[in-house]
Amino acid sequence: MTPDAAQFKKSAIKLTQDLRHRDLIRTALKKYEVVRNDKVARFQNWQSARQSAAEIKWDAINHLDTHLAEFAKHLEARGTHVHWASNAAQAREIIIGIIQERKAHSIIKSKVMTGEEIHLNEALEKEGFEVVESDLGEYIVQLRHEAPYHFVFPAMHLTRGEISDLFTKELGTAATDSPEELTMIARRVLRDKYITADIGISGANFGIAETGMISITENEGNARLTCALPKVHIALMGIEKILPKLEDLALFLPMLGTAGAGQVLTGYNTMYGGPRQPGEADGPEAFHVVLLDNKRTALLADPEQRDALHCIRCGACLNTCPIYKNIGGHSYGATYQGPIGSVITPHLRGLQQWKHLAFASSLCGACTQTCPVKINLHHHLLQTRRNAIAQKPVWWEKPLFQGLAFLFNHPALFSLGMKMGRIGQLFHPLIKATRLDPALAWTRSRELPKVAPQTFREWWQNRK
Amino acid sequence: MNERENILGRIREALSVPAPIPGAHSGEPVHAVSESEAASHIPEWLPSVGSTFEERLALFAKNAAELKADFVFHHTPEELTAKLREIAAVEGWKKVATHSHEFTNAPCDALGLPVLRTENGYDACEMEACDAGISACDALIAQTGSVLVTSQSAGGRALSVLPPHHVVIARREQLLADLPAAFALLKAKYAAAYPSLISFITGPSRTGDIERILVLGAHGPKKLTILCA
Amino acid sequence: MKITLFIPCFIDACFPKAGAGAVEILERLGHTVEYPRELTCCGQPAFNSGYWEESRTTAIKVLERLKDAEVVVIVSGSCGAMIKNFYPELFAGTEHEEAARTLSAKVWEFSDFLVTKLGVTDLGAQFPHKVTFHDGCHGLRELGIKQQPRTLLAHVRGLELVEMGEAESCCGFGGTFSAKFPMISTAMGENKYGSALETGAEYIVSNDSSCLMHIQGLVDRQGKPLRTIHLAELLNHR
Repeated sequence: MTPDAAQFKKSAIKLTQDLRHRDLIRTALKKYEVVRNDKVARFQNWQSARQSAAEIKWDAINHLDTHLAEFAKHLEARGTHVHWASNAAQAREIIIGIIQERKAHSIIKSKVMTGEEIHLNEALEKEGFEVVESDLGEYIVQLRHEAPYHFVFPAMHLTRGEISDLFTKELGTAATDSPEELTMIARRVLRDKYITADIGISGANFGIAETGMISITENEGNARLTCALPKVHIALMGIEKILPKLEDLALFLPMLGTAGAGQVLTGYNTMYGGPRQPGEADGPEAFHVVLLDNKRTALLADPEQRDALHCIRCGACLNTCPIYKNIGGHSYGATYQGPIGSVITPHLRGLQQWKHLAFASSLCGACTQTCPVKINLHHHLLQTRRNAIAQKPVWWEKPLFQGLAFLFNHPALFSLGMKMGRIGQLFHPLIKATRLDPALAWTRSRELPKVAPQTFREWWQNRK
Repeated sequence: MNERENILGRIREALSVPAPIPGAHSGEPVHAVSESEAASHIPEWLPSVGSTFEERLALFAKNAAELKADFVFHHTPEELTAKLREIAAVEGWKKVATHSHEFTNAPCDALGLPVLRTENGYDACEMEACDAGISACDALIAQTGSVLVTSQSAGGRALSVLPPHHVVIARREQLLADLPAAFALLKAKYAAAYPSLISFITGPSRTGDIERILVLGAHGPKKLTILCA
Repeated sequence: MKITLFIPCFIDACFPKAGAGAVEILERLGHTVEYPRELTCCGQPAFNSGYWEESRTTAIKVLERLKDAEVVVIVSGSCGAMIKNFYPELFAGTEHEEAARTLSAKVWEFSDFLVTKLGVTDLGAQFPHKVTFHDGCHGLRELGIKQQPRTLLAHVRGLELVEMGEAESCCGFGGTFSAKFPMISTAMGENKYGSALETGAEYIVSNDSSCLMHIQGLVDRQGKPLRTIHLAELLNHR
């Protein structure tokens, strides 16, 4: 087992037994489910909207080269600097370079999942810059020095009491059990930061090829402020975020809001097409867009799973996933959690090292059913299992499945096996759920089914 | 330039093997729609809006209420001005931020308060200290209860998010049916030179980051008032 | 109609009453039932574990044996989905692709076959108990089966059907997943039987014995007052 797989298993075991955690997450996600279902029902035809979104993203991804070139051309025409980064190190270098050139020190960030992916904060702090996350959930997990628990709801695993204690410890504020008061504490602290920050760093939910704009979806207004007040705005964007046309947003913004948060539109959906233009009252002097590959082209090269690049990071697959609900976001150990994370992480970070995520699924398909862009998520997990095994079979599994295939192809042997099972189960109680039990993985928590006194084939034989 | 070519090269190589158009998942209805057709049907799939002005106005009002935004429809601009003065008095405004615009000038002047106007540049701390940001907009969208603003129509980027109360002054002819209509408007109005910011504002600033419980005024305005005449 | 019944390995061994129920119901409806004893398993365990080559070894035999069948009925949503949806994927690009597609077109899950293909809803069954129905994920999402079993249950005398909360949530079985990640599987199963207990039902009914095997194993170990029964066995109660 790889260290990542061992860590996953350890954390999953711990969290599945934590009933308080299970309850907290289920309660939070039930609230989500109610509002989401309500908003889906408002669509005249949600299924057609999904199909349409899937087709538009198919076009975007399967003509990514031309769309990206157009995107960059339009951005550059209006004074935006477009940077291309093949990997995480290059992206970090580019961003640090921009900040150093400006002799800047303080940085305000709105939520950037690609930033998590390239470990941007650590790199910026190492250079001696002050970095503050402005999204409330991100701010909370930053104060706790931990990764986001969910790529849309970063602090979903914490209760108000835990957040109050955290604020008391880190900010010296009085204890409170009011979510509103806690939010206002963060608001007060962060307002100063927006005004004094030299640099604003954001992500991008979409990149519009036709007009050269990035689009950011948020609720709090923190991205709006991050992109309004500092003199420099840097946006880090995965190359797969492209949409061909501006009007595609008329579909994608409400689908992202609905699937992601149960809102037809989130609070602010904003398109940025450049730095402050002549005649405008404010805005940054400089706007940089950093395009990140970081193995996305490797996923693109797999036509079978290419549609995983259609993902709009709404998080709906996490919210519906029974595995996610039980093991929580941190167990995955990856930037992108849940079903979509289990699909893309082996591509982005190594198949053998991360294949355990593909195996840690009951393949129930709730993710595929909910995905607003119809990514065939659970089938991709099956394909990843196949790819991993074809490359490197497990030493004892291969002969086991070969043996089983032989057994299944010889019904007489299969019948004999069942007869032996009937005898074996007489003695099974002696070793049940002990280390000698070959079925321990099952019997530790469950009773084994018994071979029936008369199997189906015996019954069939007898009735004729 | 080098990495640009490297990335585009890898993309072209990857795309040399085609991928099937998605959607034919087992157990799910398949909608055979071509790409170009897809876009033209979008309005039929989004949440429905009525066909008359009254229906759309009612829908906008309903959405705004659900979003906890205050929406008031007036019959004349004078009524609207009076309403703004009333709000200023009730909330005890001492100073407001705004921008020069045919819709905002008269009501803001009528307040008789110190006014910060953004078009000549401003100090962010000064704006932050204002009691309200009063702006025009490009459109109101009935389907979603949204206000569409741009850096050109609404006095820049910060005016609509930095003060604690954002007041939008709109005209009835700015009420649009749905999102596709909003994007059509943007194209018609700005395609030659888009403003550097285009934003759909849907309710006051909000967060659910603590136990998924809704709190207004996370970072942006705690209140959003839309006055339409 | 001549119906070829595919009996999955674990139903053969541990839950024969589900298979026998299907046989007797179909025969009472006047059909001829054939049981190909050469077939034991659809190959899903190997397939789900990533061993597609070994899975094909088993599946080829199924393809060959069933190639002349008129219709194939399976008393398991999961094995049905394997043959109907996953065989074409498993054999894609091989010489058997066409055969897999042909077979796929004539495979039916039991409840779907009764309601959709035969148009039968009332089997004259009696089962005076309060039950809740668990949708096996493969039947539900791969085969789109949701209403069919409920329609059949609605016509059972004395039966009261109550829906449980999170009815469409996975029970946590997931084939080899249940042994590879037993703790996650168990936690999911606890949520599932918890929802069922809340309804006050005596029985969890499903069209998938694999889910029931997992749930029954859990409630037996934890001493919960719940029993499980396959839909075909229940519908055969008269």
